[in-house]
Amino acid sequence: MKERFIEISPDADEKQEERFNIWRSGEGIPFVDNDTKAAYQERVTLIKDAIQLKKKPSRIPVCPSPSCFPIQNSKITMYEAMYNYEALTKVIEEYQDEFMTDVYNGPASLVSGKMLDILDFKLFAWAGHGVAKEQEYQFVEDEYMKAEEYQDLIDDPTAFFQNSYFPRIFGALTGLQKYPVLPIVHEILCVPPAVIPFSDEDMKSALQALMKAGDEALRFRTAVGKLSRNIMGKKGIPAFGGGFTKAPFDTIGDSLRGTKGVMLDIFRCPDELKEACERLTPIMVKAGVNACRASGHLMPLIPLHKGADGFLSDEQFQTFYWPTLRKLIIGLINEGMVPHLFAEGSYNQRLDIISDLPKGKALWLFDRTDMVKAKETVGRVACISGNFPIDLLITGTPDEVRAHCKQLIESVGKNGGYIFATGAGMSGAKAANVKAMIEAAKEYGASNT
Amino acid sequence: MTDKLIHALVEMQETEALQQAKQLLDSGTDPMDILDACSKAMEKVGQRFEKGEYFLPHLMMAGEMLKQISDIIKPLIKEEKSTTEKRRVLIGTVKGDIHDIGKNIVTFLLEVNGFEVRDIGIDQPPEKFVESIQEFQPQVVGMSGLLSLAFDSMKETVEAIEKAGLREKVKIMIGGGQVTEQVKDYTGADALGPNAIAGVNLAKQWIGGK
Repeated sequence: MKERFIEISPDADEKQEERFNIWRSGEGIPFVDNDTKAAYQERVTLIKDAIQLKKKPSRIPVCPSPSCFPIQNSKITMYEAMYNYEALTKVIEEYQDEFMTDVYNGPASLVSGKMLDILDFKLFAWAGHGVAKEQEYQFVEDEYMKAEEYQDLIDDPTAFFQNSYFPRIFGALTGLQKYPVLPIVHEILCVPPAVIPFSDEDMKSALQALMKAGDEALRFRTAVGKLSRNIMGKKGIPAFGGGFTKAPFDTIGDSLRGTKGVMLDIFRCPDELKEACERLTPIMVKAGVNACRASGHLMPLIPLHKGADGFLSDEQFQTFYWPTLRKLIIGLINEGMVPHLFAEGSYNQRLDIISDLPKGKALWLFDRTDMVKAKETVGRVACISGNFPIDLLITGTPDEVRAHCKQLIESVGKNGGYIFATGAGMSGAKAANVKAMIEAAKEYGASNT
Repeated sequence: MTDKLIHALVEMQETEALQQAKQLLDSGTDPMDILDACSKAMEKVGQRFEKGEYFLPHLMMAGEMLKQISDIIKPLIKEEKSTTEKRRVLIGTVKGDIHDIGKNIVTFLLEVNGFEVRDIGIDQPPEKFVESIQEFQPQVVGMSGLLSLAFDSMKETVEAIEKAGLREKVKIMIGGGQVTEQVKDYTGADALGPNAIAGVNLAKQWIGGK
């Protein structure tokens, strides 16, 4: 079998340039005037320069991750944010007016509550549905795939997700269990068995639920999309993200087997686990590429969960986690994308291993990692960002926040290859601290490049 | 006699460990001796964890092996070993947070180390912590939370414990992904455990243990 996603392809540079140009063009954004458009393009260039490591950006881009902070800082509840699209869009606009960063962070992680209701989604608890109306959504961890099912997943991931996994995580889609798997329709007699399942009442109700959910999701996206373009056009700020994918090991460990399940699999069925990660790799590459192409962006966010220090030994990380994550990264790079890797927790133990990447092609967002060490290792091949502590934004004072900004930027912000960001989402932060952080980051970021 | 069992447990050899446990039982070994061997093995696993040789998967696997062995052995033990003085820990995930993996692993390790643990579950409001402290009379309270929003719930819980006049009676430790020294001070807890074994060590330090 041909090994893929190992080497960077010869046209990767060209493709990346092309993707940056699409993002920079701001096509479809109603800019209020030419200056605003120029400001937008300047900000894209700042980020591009920081990522490519060829030129020092003229200043440090300031790009904290808002998470649910805009909602918490407003008068509406999380429930309203998920169910009242107009209320949500207003809040997002107020946030961007009050806190001027270098990028637009749309409510990407907030989705339509009505859509989730229609599907009877079980994988998460959300406002008014498993958690209080004031609260952000949370993952409901469970063993959604049994260890005995690895072979089914490996044999045909699409069939596994469609016929087994979806009926488990969407109450309204149990009918999909009967979906005809890879119907062989190359003989006339094969046609009836390929279509008869669709006459089943459960199947019909699943398909209807999907259509209704699709309409609802589109309504939400249309409302948010229009507002997003308006804000970007008014303020001259580019969207920071436009796609999403995950490390194959996390796809299995988070959503299929659960933390305990995947950790036991390391001992009990290591070969199946490795093979399943490999099998999911091209699918995860495509997921990131397709999402970015649809949004005209190039930075798919990849939140890393089980690769953090403490979660796996170095040997386990190198055996189970990193090989397919690296392939995912290379696969995305070869399509001109810039993987935006959110290394939650700390990655001090992993810095040498994750430095094995082509130069100027990825963006690392670190949470608790030692940034000086990150700069000396990963920083040689990739732009680094993050690490501004969330606990300080929640429990500290504006003066402490400013002092920390100064120290962080002075220690790792020099000579480019750096974007200022928070270590994690700003949920729970004090507004005065967020304001102080953004102001200080802009101030020190202008003089410390 | 139990050396092979201990070795298999420490080296994460699940099939071998279960086989050894069954063989020991069949050959008439006192079930209590088998459980003691398991404790010894867990101590070694804990040491390797502290040395940075073992990680979360090893703790999970150790827990899984131990659970299977005690499922076989517990019904055979007629009398529970009564400890002269009970060392009790109350543990729960604070209000608004539904994560439980960290809490579960600390609970397991505390139990292995001879503590009597009451786990009150996830998303528990301050009142529930107070009520359970009054009922269970623990010397240590562990509060867990993965979300940054848990900081305020932890703070409220400590305040509620204080208001109920119970603060002097318990030591409070907190744990979770985003918890730091700064958060510890903010919540008014006594200490934080950056990992599961650290939580056990805190409990030992406060109320004793091997």
